[in-house]
Formats: sequence, structure tokens, C-alpha cells
Amino acid sequence: MNGIGNKKAVDRTVVCLMVVNQPNVLARIASLIGRRSFNISTITASETNIPGITKITVVVSGDDENILYQIIAQMEKLEPVKSAYVLDVNTSVYRELLLIKIAANKRERTELREIVEIYRGKIIGLTNDNMIVELTGSPKKIDGFMKMVREFDIIEVSRTGITGMERESNVVDQ
Amino acid sequence: MKLSGAQLIQEVLLEHGVDTVFGYPGGAALNVYDALYEYRDRIHHVLTAHEQGASHAADGYARATGKVGVVFATSGPGATNLVTGIATAYMDSVPMVAITSNVANSLIGRDAFQEIYITGITMPITKHNFFVNRVEDLADALREAFRIAQSGRKGPVLVDVTKDVTAALTEYVPQAPLPLSPMPTASEEDLQWVAEAINRAECPIIYCGGGAAAAQDDLLALMERGDIPAAYTMMAAGLIRYDDPRNLGLVGMHGSVTANQALYHADLVLALGTRFSDRVALNIEKFSPGAVKIQVDIDPCEINKNVPVDRYTVADVRDFLHRILPLIKTKEHASWRQSIGQWRKEQEKVAYQGEALHPGVLIRDVCDMTDKDTIYVTDVGQHQMWVAQYVKHEKPRHFLSSGGLGTMGYGYGAAIGAQMAFPNKRVVHFTGDASFHMNLNEACTAVSQNLPIITIIFNNRVLGMVYQWQSVFYGKRYSSTTPERKTDFVKVAEGFGLKGFRVKTEAEFQEAFRQALKETGPVWIECEVSRDCKVLPMIPNGGTVEDMILE
Repeated sequence: MNGIGNKKAVDRTVVCLMVVNQPNVLARIASLIGRRSFNISTITASETNIPGITKITVVVSGDDENILYQIIAQMEKLEPVKSAYVLDVNTSVYRELLLIKIAANKRERTELREIVEIYRGKIIGLTNDNMIVELTGSPKKIDGFMKMVREFDIIEVSRTGITGMERESNVVDQ
Repeated sequence: MKLSGAQLIQEVLLEHGVDTVFGYPGGAALNVYDALYEYRDRIHHVLTAHEQGASHAADGYARATGKVGVVFATSGPGATNLVTGIATAYMDSVPMVAITSNVANSLIGRDAFQEIYITGITMPITKHNFFVNRVEDLADALREAFRIAQSGRKGPVLVDVTKDVTAALTEYVPQAPLPLSPMPTASEEDLQWVAEAINRAECPIIYCGGGAAAAQDDLLALMERGDIPAAYTMMAAGLIRYDDPRNLGLVGMHGSVTANQALYHADLVLALGTRFSDRVALNIEKFSPGAVKIQVDIDPCEINKNVPVDRYTVADVRDFLHRILPLIKTKEHASWRQSIGQWRKEQEKVAYQGEALHPGVLIRDVCDMTDKDTIYVTDVGQHQMWVAQYVKHEKPRHFLSSGGLGTMGYGYGAAIGAQMAFPNKRVVHFTGDASFHMNLNEACTAVSQNLPIITIIFNNRVLGMVYQWQSVFYGKRYSSTTPERKTDFVKVAEGFGLKGFRVKTEAEFQEAFRQALKETGPVWIECEVSRDCKVLPMIPNGGTVEDMILE
């Protein structure tokens, strides 16, 4: 149960779970989150370089130590969970991917392009009346971009949820 | 050796020393039961009236023996009927393996007849579960189920097997049971710290729960050497003899004055294998406010979950006690003992209060008229608390009761499980008229198996515990607790093919009980008790000893 303690107050904490990739594993984790009323904002799952091991990244609202302890301890009790740990805010990188479809006429297109460029996003789809922007970055950057485009007519938003890892490799044991 | 999946199930049960299973057949389970027929000389199947009864029987069997209880059910309603029993076992950390059958692979996910997603339903009430739709996976899933059920903090595991799998042939290679996962142990530093705290304390108390059940010898040794009194939760009843001078009694909402006062005024609380549940830690902020609190539990999730502690150790209680004992100094806490003596006197005033025929009197009679090996089983409600309070607890694993889930209807099934495990021990099942109405159908099982279980029904014609709360906290507005039932338990008993008695006085009770002891099959004794008889003492939710209701 590493990674708890000595954290600054933050609005979200990223918990990583290394799990055996078996049927129902995501359902088990989701069921536990529901059962214990853990307040989470995003959850992502993907295969790893280790055969049969999936990494699940859960973003928990807040950083209450007791709640985090409970989440980690409860998760570790699940059979398919091999390890669970909190990513240290100070030494980890986080990224999220955003796809956003925005209504844009000729004039708006120029304005939007400017914003997209500043945020180093990519325009990956364009029609006469809308454009699709792809943006990767820290959750903060994505939030900032969302704020900037709020005045436009947003048609559709899709965010992947946060994924992250520590700069130094020290946690992945199986 | 090629075996069908259904035969393989029986073989793996035998690998784990299982000779008794409880259950109920059905369409999807036909293969499993066909194989059971073949193995009937080695595996005794107890057919119950209802799958819920079977699940409680497996639970009672497990609680009484310490072994894994095994229950079979078919798909759909067979599986869902197990849910309350599995949840009961989960809440009280009882090792159980439930094997359910499911429809054929080709029908899974199509809402087939009697198809249910039981692994989904039981996800939050099992330690783990398996859905087996390939026969090659079956043996490993079952062996893992036994390993998980018994490792660390024990609990139920469910294995759901499709009908194809039970029919398919596979190579069977016998195997020894998997080794259990290693237990966490306390560090030397923790042991030193805790031992010093204990040696320093003037008013220490042990508060023990079900997790201490296997540590009786070391627990008693610690109590004696350190002169430390102990209070217990319902899950640990029997761990400390009723007449042990350091036994403070049951703790919590309906615990003794002695236990609750001592816990409140202690300067050190050693919590062993217990989880500070809301029925004990009624007020989290004021739980033993002046004490250094130390928690020892095998499950890291229980640490600081309900009540924050000053020091904790994730460890098996038995190993912890065994290793800390040499570090404990011989002590005498004379003034602490004196305070406890005062509280004991107050407790004595509370006992047997009010009615001429207090259920506690009858419970004491039962203890006096049976031997020390008697297994007491309860349902849930007022009678359960009376039994917990008044039984002369002698040994661990001899008081079986649904603690965490509080399952009315638990008792008869559990009593059947206990009696199957110990045919030569006396099993006495206490129930109330409301609890009994839930699952009295299991009488037919007791009759079929010819089990001499004595059922004592405290009939106050109300839903007693809720009625008591309505009396005290809801201005006597008896909403749905006075059902005006006309059930004649003696006639019902006769209808089931067993003997029934009805008694109104202690003398009548003693006579009926004497006769019941001579019977070779099940007996019911209905005792008329007053609906005004309350469970005392009582500390309401959120209260402390200051709010204790004594009369």
C-alpha cells in the first residue's frame, strides 16, 4: 500500500491498479466502487506490456487519506488485483485525450484555429459547418481548453479519462 | 482418468475432505445431482425445503466445525435463493463454497429459462466468484474457491458452472488442496510497542471479535498474566467462559453494563479481530474516549474503518497473541477490578427484570439441563439478544447467530447444519415467533434427516425487536408489528411430523424440555412470553453508557 501520505491537498488523486485480465474484472472494480460509495471521476483500463495484466487507472475526487487507504485496501482484497497504488502528484505525469466537435462557420473557424494552435491541438475533421479537434495533455490543460471554447457551439465532447505514470519506475511488481 | 464435469465436482469436494453438502436440485443441476447419486456413499447430500435453508445450513456447519460449508443450487431462482445465506456468511466471515449450476453455454446471456447472472448478483457478497463455461477450468476454479474461502479473513466463494461443463468429459488428475495464502504477521516493533502500552496501562480492556475465535488459549493466557478483563462481540461469544472472573460479557447496544462501562472508562483498549461495528461503536467519537486504542486485525480494510485507532497491526490474532505473551508483565489491577465489580452489581440489577416468565430464566434452564457441549443457535431479534446475554457460554463455535447481516430465518437452517456436523451433540435452536415464521419450513428437513434439534419459540405475538423500538422511540405506534397471527405451533409441528409443546410457566417448560431431550427427532417448544418484556440494557444508536436504558 505505497504512495499514501505526504500529499498536498489536491482535488483529485490517481490510483493505479494492476489487475489480471479476466472476464468481469472491470465489473468487480466498478461493483466495489459502487458498493463502498467511493466517489470517482474517471476510470480507464488498458492492456500493458506484461501479458495478462491490465492497468486500470481510477481518478478519485479529493485526497482524504482515510478514504484513499480504504480504496487501496479494498481494491487489493479483490482476487484479480495484483497491486494498487496512488500516483505521487509531484513525481508523476498525467495525460488525457480530448475529441471535441464544435460548430464553426468561416469566421469562427479562424478564431478556433488560433485557440487550437495555442493549445497545440490538432484539427482532425472539418466540414462546412463544424470541426473536430484532438487535444492531448494534462487534465488541467484540457480543462483550460474547454473553458476557452465554451463560448462556441459545442456539438459533442469525448474525453478518455486520465491515465498516468510515475517518472521513476518503482511500483510495477507482480 | 476421464470424468464428466459433474463427477469432477464430487472428486474435488472429496479432495477437500467434504462429506456433507446441503442443497436443492433443478433442471440445470441435473448432471451434478446425477453424479452425486453415484458418490452418495461418500458425500451425504442434505435436501432442504428451500435453497435459503441450505445456505444457512452450510453456514451453520461451517461455524460449528470451522471447516468450509458447501451448498449446491440450480440456476435462476435456486441461485438467487442462496443470496441471503451467502450475504449472511460474508458479513460474519464464514468460509463457504456455493456451487450453482447455470444454463447451457449457448443460452447464456439470452434470458433463457431459469438463467440468472449469479456471479454479477453475488459480486459484492462473496470474497470472489467464478463463472465456469469451459470444463478445463472447472477443477482449478473449485480448488481456488476452497483456498480463497479459507485464506486470511474467511468468507464465501461462489462457483457458477454451466450445464455444458457438467456434462463435458475432461481429464481428472487428483490434487492436494492448495496451500492457503500466508497470514500477515506483526512486526517486532509493533509487538514491543503494544506490549509496553499494555504493561503501562492501569485500566486495560480487551475487546475481542470473531477474528479471535481461533486464539482462545493465548487470549486467556494474556488476560490472566496481564490481569486484563475482556468484553466480546456476539461473534466471539463462547471464547471466554461465562464464569471467568475477567469476562465482562457482551459489548455494544445490548451488551452488559459491565462491558460497556469498562470499555468506556478504560485507558487501553486492545481490539482483537473485531471491526468496531455500529452495534458496538454506537458513537464513533466517544468510543472509549480516554483510551489508547490498539487494533489487531487480519484484514487491512478494517483498520481505522469505523473508529480511528492509535496503533494498529495487520496480523492474525493467534500469531500476534502467541508472540506478544512473553513480553507481557504479570500484573494486578486492583482498583480497576474494583470499578468493574461495581458495574457488575449494576448489571445484576438489570437481569431478569419485569415479567414473571423472563426468557432469560428459560435460557438458563436449558443450559442447566444440557451438557457443556450444547450448541446454541438463534434466529434474529429480541430472543437472539437474550440468548447471547443469558446462555452460559462455555466454548467457542457453540453459539451460532447471524451477527453482521442480522438475518431473521437464519436459525433453523444453521441448526440443521450444526446437527449434521455433530450428530452426537445437543443442538438447541432458539427463535421468536416472527423469525420462525420466515423459515420454519425447514422442519421438514429436520424430520427427513431425523435430527433431534430442540426448537424453543419465544412467542410474544409481535415482531419483538421492532416492537420494542416502537415502544421506546416511536410513541408506541405499532406499525406492522402486531400481526394478529393465529398460528398454532403445536398443530404445525404435528403437521410436519414432529412433536410440539406449548408452555406458559417455567415448571411447564422444564417438563417439556425434559421430554424433548428424550426424543430422537426434532421437537418444538412454544413458550408464551409477554410482549412487554424488553431486551435490556440498551444503548440507542449514537449513544454512550451515559444514555444506557436500564429499565
